[in-house]
Amino acid sequence: MIKGSVIGLGKMGLSHAAIVGAHPKVDMVSVCDTSSMVLDVFNKFTKVKTYSDYVQMIDNENLDFVVVATPTKFHYPIVKYALEKGLHVFCEKPFMLNSQQGNEIVGLAAKKGVVNQVGYHNHFIGTFRELKRLLGENVLGELSHFSGEAYGPVVTKEKGGTWRSNSAEGGGCLYDYASHVINLLQEVVGRPSKVHGTLLKSIYSKGVEDAVYSLLELDSGLTGTLLVNWSDETYRKMSTSITVQGKKGKIICDATEIKIYLKEAAPAQKLDKGWTIKYITDFAIPVDFYLRGEEYSAQIDYFVDCIGENKNARYNTFEQACYTDSVIEMIVNNNKI
Amino acid sequence: MEKVIFGDNQFFAVNHLSDEKSRAQSIRFKDDEAIIRVLDQSIETGINTFMCTTHDRIANICKHILANPESYKNYKIYPCMPYAHKYANAVTELGILGTIKQYVPGNIFGTFAKGGMAYLSKDFLKLMQILIDAEMKMFKGIDTPVIFIQNVITDMVLGLKMYEVFAEYDAYIRKKYNAEPGYITMNMPALLDALESVGVKNPVICSSINKIGFRMSGGKEIYEKYLREKQFRPIAMQVLAAGALRPKEAVEYLGQFPKIESVLFGASSKPHIQETKELIEKYLK
Repeated sequence: MIKGSVIGLGKMGLSHAAIVGAHPKVDMVSVCDTSSMVLDVFNKFTKVKTYSDYVQMIDNENLDFVVVATPTKFHYPIVKYALEKGLHVFCEKPFMLNSQQGNEIVGLAAKKGVVNQVGYHNHFIGTFRELKRLLGENVLGELSHFSGEAYGPVVTKEKGGTWRSNSAEGGGCLYDYASHVINLLQEVVGRPSKVHGTLLKSIYSKGVEDAVYSLLELDSGLTGTLLVNWSDETYRKMSTSITVQGKKGKIICDATEIKIYLKEAAPAQKLDKGWTIKYITDFAIPVDFYLRGEEYSAQIDYFVDCIGENKNARYNTFEQACYTDSVIEMIVNNNKI
Repeated sequence: MEKVIFGDNQFFAVNHLSDEKSRAQSIRFKDDEAIIRVLDQSIETGINTFMCTTHDRIANICKHILANPESYKNYKIYPCMPYAHKYANAVTELGILGTIKQYVPGNIFGTFAKGGMAYLSKDFLKLMQILIDAEMKMFKGIDTPVIFIQNVITDMVLGLKMYEVFAEYDAYIRKKYNAEPGYITMNMPALLDALESVGVKNPVICSSINKIGFRMSGGKEIYEKYLREKQFRPIAMQVLAAGALRPKEAVEYLGQFPKIESVLFGASSKPHIQETKELIEKYLK
């Protein structure tokens, strides 16, 4: 059995703990959080050891990996300590508060040769994988435009008060919602290398943005839009989509369906002329345990398999997440102009 | 339990296949009257059980039912708690403690004034009971013979291996509400094993059961094995696999498992409700 632990038991941490706890190849030996209330619940109902100090936990327990799901500002010291001790690390997104910290951590992980992954779970949604595959097969021909979008109802009233309302601590829509889209665009379309025309808008929040609108330019010269708003209550939950336009057609993709429009049929891909709609039921990655979406389990399965089979992770590496952090910095800097 | 249970996903823009369709639903069911109209149509076809989340708008539907007792004689509601996105969005914004403060009824900090949160943290089960009571408030006066926990909570507790929580939930629902506790899950075989391990016998479990294995974690084979061999009261949901299956083949598939007591489905038009109900009654033994 691979021995693991979860550090930080907020929403994502509890979700990870449940998935890690249910994983047939993993023994979740301990958890760590600063809330005595949360630890009390674990003490009362489980046999998992609880710690309020991650250093003590990493030193005492003979762990193979940690999942780090604390507020973003704690990622750097915790991930660094775990890497120094030779542990494999799964870190929640966003990765670090700045790319300087990120680059140091990326280097350290490479030096230690451990599996490193970040929780950009959209990469484990089958429809987005299909979009990437179709673009790889060049079904759209030369690309002309892309749009990465995410909307949802996180902040819909004027209030604040947690770390999420402090941009210096990784709060705000840019670090939270937009980072998902930026990372997914990187994976599916390409790396943005320039940012133009940024608008960071506060709608209800004070001190942080609730919406991010920006123009991204890739190395290839392809340009597109980033449109993100977490104060949109017309969405029941976070909804992420990517649209790509090319000379031969257009694809609109979200977590539930992929809609493909082609000017001419692509028989090799079994795609008709005009619209073809395919659903997640054809692409979902099968999992042994389900909580809130296949992608959350699939990413942990992948992480655990990489550890078990001693191979490097290809999806959601620290390096890729660190690049997402640099795009976030480009957006912040562009907004100041 | 009746063979056919009417669900509420269509009313609250829950569509597992299409965000666009879910938006269309949210426009169509903007007014409570539109929901009530479809509920009444389901009653006209002979469906007398409505299974619904504890969404804020269900409170309005409950008020309507209570105000018109003649029209809803023998009508049953199976509440499913909590409406998870309400809490999930709140936890993202406010943290766990902030969420408890927001959703626990106003006087909780009075109730626990003595030790405040410190007291609360020592009495997690009391907190669970308070939250259940808060969610159940809207159903007072309505017949709720089965009360469910939503899959996000069920599966979270399952994954964390806090199985005693199920036993406590089970006991509280029986004692306080004189009702049968039910469990919605995406991990039916694992849940059944967990419930058996803490002495919960013959539980009502609502899970995805469909011909293509959609949202049947661990695979279709183990689900089918449990449906044949284990002792429990299954309710099948997502039988159409979010629309990937045609109703006839979907319901026909369920027919091979005599243990399935009920099928949960939602629809927005009377002909569609009628058709699905007839199929279920024809094929479910």
